[in-house]
Amino acid sequence: MIQVALPQHLRTLAGVEGAVRVEIRGQVTQRAILDAVEASYPVLAGTIRDRATQQRRAFVRFFACGEDVSLESPDAPLPEAVASGKEPFLIIGAIAGG
Amino acid sequence: MSGVRVLVGTRKGAFILSSDGARRKWRIDGPHFGGWEIYHLKGSPADPHRLYASQCSGWFGQMIQRSSDGGRTWEAVGNDFRYDGIKGTHQWYDGTAHPWEFKRVWHLEPSLTDPDTVYAGAEDAALFRSGDAGLTWTELSGLRGHGSGPRWQPGAGGMCLHTILLDPANAGRIFIAISAAGAFRSDDAGKTWKAINRGLRSEHIPDPEAEVGHCVHRIAMHRSRPSVLFMQKHWDIMRSDDAGDTWREVSGNLPSDFGFPIEVHAHEPETIYVVPIKSDSEHYPPDGRLRVYRSRQGGNEWEALSKGLPQRDCFVNVLRDAMAVDSLDSCGVYFGTTGGQVYASADSGDSWAPIVRDLPAVLSVEVQTLP
Repeated sequence: MIQVALPQHLRTLAGVEGAVRVEIRGQVTQRAILDAVEASYPVLAGTIRDRATQQRRAFVRFFACGEDVSLESPDAPLPEAVASGKEPFLIIGAIAGG
Repeated sequence: MSGVRVLVGTRKGAFILSSDGARRKWRIDGPHFGGWEIYHLKGSPADPHRLYASQCSGWFGQMIQRSSDGGRTWEAVGNDFRYDGIKGTHQWYDGTAHPWEFKRVWHLEPSLTDPDTVYAGAEDAALFRSGDAGLTWTELSGLRGHGSGPRWQPGAGGMCLHTILLDPANAGRIFIAISAAGAFRSDDAGKTWKAINRGLRSEHIPDPEAEVGHCVHRIAMHRSRPSVLFMQKHWDIMRSDDAGDTWREVSGNLPSDFGFPIEVHAHEPETIYVVPIKSDSEHYPPDGRLRVYRSRQGGNEWEALSKGLPQRDCFVNVLRDAMAVDSLDSCGVYFGTTGGQVYASADSGDSWAPIVRDLPAVLSVEVQTLP
């Protein structure tokens, strides 16, 4: 199972505490993770990536194993530590405020 | 005993203020959706338990929330707002063509007769309709297809469709207003639209009497007389007696005719309310004195209502959707400020008292009169 850490507002929307876990068959990519998260928690559709374009929302960032992978291809494989569930895939709201 | 429920949208959540018909003691419930911008929430005229709320965030986009128990519990419903067909372009601030992009829902207008039908006014300007209680949304794209769409441009707050008025006497008639395009009317339930801006004059646009391009801030009507409309424009208070076909200015003796909200008394169709603001760049009351102005003649002659409102050092604003009336026998008038105060008058504006003083900046105020 892959661990996905959501920001607080999205945990509230989804009604979860802590990281969520999703199962992915096949290659573990950003797109596969987001597809699985939205399938498990439909309320999150549109909150992380745009409904129509599927582009990452501007103030949302993705991290894997300490690396910012926000600008990587959504179809690029993620590190094995994320794919194996050892490390979480982090979805973070950008720090924008005072 | 009857009561009222005041629905307040703020920069950081929604609040529900409740009282009995005396409107002296209030219960404050909230924040709902803490941390999110609540541009608007409104109850269904057909079912007071049914509420809709527009919840949005610069980080996580648009959500629509629905309650079926008067705001005690909420359920996220559909947030898929897709423009119909080829999106096209509108004018950007510098006059260049800019593609239409959905940003947020400014206003939700439930049907007068069906709790499951609700309209949404969006930025970039478009009108959406849901017939399944907010689960799915369809653009009424005849509005953007009016032909003038490429000439619409955003106001300072964005290119928002902020006003939706449903005609209680004519099920097919809808009025909407857009900053900064103007007012439009449909007589066929939103399929086709007509620009209704004749008589408006806006000195800040190249052709002051253009068909479109006017920064209409708000339109109001009395449900007993839906062909009479009142408008607070960027500057000017306007009135139409022919369902928007023509407008005339009724600013009269106001200290400033700039402002955002305009509202009509629940029982007196010629009694209207505005909150004058100093200017388009100085968004606070003239002289630091917060005064509501009331006309009992449908405009032109205005009286200041200041009893109970701060009369010195007050520099808040009252936004376009932040004023409403109840329909109790003695009409209540309510408004919220960018300073977080919500004021109420239980005597048609003669006197005022704060319901609450320290909310986040208030974006919208709606009132439900409960049996």
